[in-house]
Amino acid sequence: MIQKKDYAIIDGHKIRNYFKELDPEIKIEMLKKMYEIRHFEDRTEQFIIRGQIHGTCHLYIGEEATAVGAIYAIEKKDYITSTHRGHGHCIAKGANIDIMMAELLGKKTGYCKGKGGSMHIADVTTGNLGANGIVGGSIDIATGAGLTCKIKEKGKIVVCFFGDGAANRGNFHGALNMASIWDLPVVYICENNNYGMSMPVKESFNIGKISDRKFSYGIEGLTIDGNDLVEVYNTAHHFADYCRTGKGPVLIESLTYRWKGHSKNDAQIYRSREEVKSWMKKDPIPRYKKFLFDEDILTEEEDRKLENEVIEELALAVKFAEESPFPDPGTVEEDVYA
Amino acid sequence: MREITYLEAIREAIWQVMKEDGDVFLIGEDIAEYGGAFGVSVGMLEEFGKERVRNTPISEDAIIGVAVGSAITGMRPIAEIMFSDFITIAMDEITNQAAKIRYMFGGKAKVPMVIRAAGGGGTGAAAQHSQSLEALVTHIPGLKVVMPSCPYDAKGLLIAAINDDNPVIFLEHKLLYKNKRYIQHVPEEIYEVPLGLADVKRKGKDITIVATSFMVHKSLEAASILKNENDIECEVVDLRTLRPLDIDTILSSLEKTGKIVCIEEACSFGGYMGEVAAQVAEKGFDLLDAPVLRIAGKNCPVPYSLVLEQEMIPGTERIKKDILQVMNMA
Repeated sequence: MIQKKDYAIIDGHKIRNYFKELDPEIKIEMLKKMYEIRHFEDRTEQFIIRGQIHGTCHLYIGEEATAVGAIYAIEKKDYITSTHRGHGHCIAKGANIDIMMAELLGKKTGYCKGKGGSMHIADVTTGNLGANGIVGGSIDIATGAGLTCKIKEKGKIVVCFFGDGAANRGNFHGALNMASIWDLPVVYICENNNYGMSMPVKESFNIGKISDRKFSYGIEGLTIDGNDLVEVYNTAHHFADYCRTGKGPVLIESLTYRWKGHSKNDAQIYRSREEVKSWMKKDPIPRYKKFLFDEDILTEEEDRKLENEVIEELALAVKFAEESPFPDPGTVEEDVYA
Repeated sequence: MREITYLEAIREAIWQVMKEDGDVFLIGEDIAEYGGAFGVSVGMLEEFGKERVRNTPISEDAIIGVAVGSAITGMRPIAEIMFSDFITIAMDEITNQAAKIRYMFGGKAKVPMVIRAAGGGGTGAAAQHSQSLEALVTHIPGLKVVMPSCPYDAKGLLIAAINDDNPVIFLEHKLLYKNKRYIQHVPEEIYEVPLGLADVKRKGKDITIVATSFMVHKSLEAASILKNENDIECEVVDLRTLRPLDIDTILSSLEKTGKIVCIEEACSFGGYMGEVAAQVAEKGFDLLDAPVLRIAGKNCPVPYSLVLEQEMIPGTERIKKDILQVMNMA
């Protein structure tokens, strides 16, 4: 439950309500970011259905609170690493949706000049070290960025997003172990959306909580409600501060749900419609919105206006992407080497 | 003039660059007190401290992944993979991450890192500690691959590799490390041997031998025997860098000799010298007076027993015999 007190106990950890101290504008901006992600993904899905996207995409719908809550809890200078399901993290970290959409359509004006696509959007200059097409591929990269922070960028931290599936990759162990012995400032956020493609979490783990893997590394960790923006924000803020002061890495498991199929082609025969519907009732956006209404931070009319702004911005992004040129085929061998 | 070993040259390269550039650090297994499995980093812990000589648990994938993450955020890591056979454990990090990040991100990131690893057979270490796996990495766009054969090149190439903004796989040969037979004068100051430039290690007019790493020495031995016994003058081209390939130096040698053999320690099937042979056929067909011949390891894992190992890896006798065969074909 979204809490109004100054402190709350979240999975056994006493965590300050940092959210309460935020300016109302920031609280509203966080809602706007969630809208941006939701509508970006809705629009992307339409492109996929119409066959206008050459490759595949992995939609983040239903999981918005985790990216927005965690990224708003850190500082602009901090790094993030993302996953194949990375649009939400990029948008929350401040990526330009025009340039993102152009990349999805394989255009020259995209983040990667059409060379990366959905799974490789990155913006190193703003600390976004990239989505990653390899499940778990970002876990050790984030750890290496954490090493840079420790050696020469003291005060910076890394937030490493990965899914439940990635937690069973061998490099998860290698990287978390290394981060723990070296006290690296990395907040590992496992977005447990219940499925690694079709493999249910309940069949792929013999432990109840993925965050219990913290015991193997002697680090802090906990499991939170990933659809509760305030809980994500407060927890991430608490542990970002913890990392920043040199106490070492943490493992946060953020419980959420992927509403859509794994990727472009997924008949979703491995789960029931009822299950999906039950999670749609836990939609993080109305939950957060209701909280803002109850707290008199936002009116219903302002909310409609906010969402419409996002819809208009997205229409412009789509226009930009569609009108952008494709890359010159002659550039295919460029950018292989520095 | 002082003469030093291949191992000392490698250590000196790292040492001198680390003195100059605070972003360079070492990461790998047993590189601190132990000084690395072959002794390359002996003394470095005392000189540079544990922050810059980062001893790791046995986690090759994490070693390379962490190096990649630190490289894209501004460090210049030198990762040591104890035996080159173990790069297979980190192939995702090498192939899918280090090599591709720049391209996938549209040229907006760089990955300045070196992966050093000891390769090659002849030590009786059998199938999992003796391989020459360069073909696995030369196939991947985005990687540079270097295999020095002598102390002078080892120092200069390693300094160039560390200063390069791309991931460089630097494959050292175990038999070269400490063998006094291969000591050489090496300048004390910092210098670079440019990546992508082959070197003619012996001049000759009758046949071109293309080789790398330890096979350069086997080629030189064979060349000297062929000169003495058969009056055949072999030109030995040491590639030094496998990717990018210096095809021009090979072709200009071929222009003179008209005959070419490509020698590698790795097993021949799908081996690196197949690429060299193909490029020679594509770009130098008119220069050839005889078919291109590859002399390579037999197509089996590296065996343990000395007699079997010597049968598997090309030796001076086999090189000599095969070269005579090519000479007779012309």
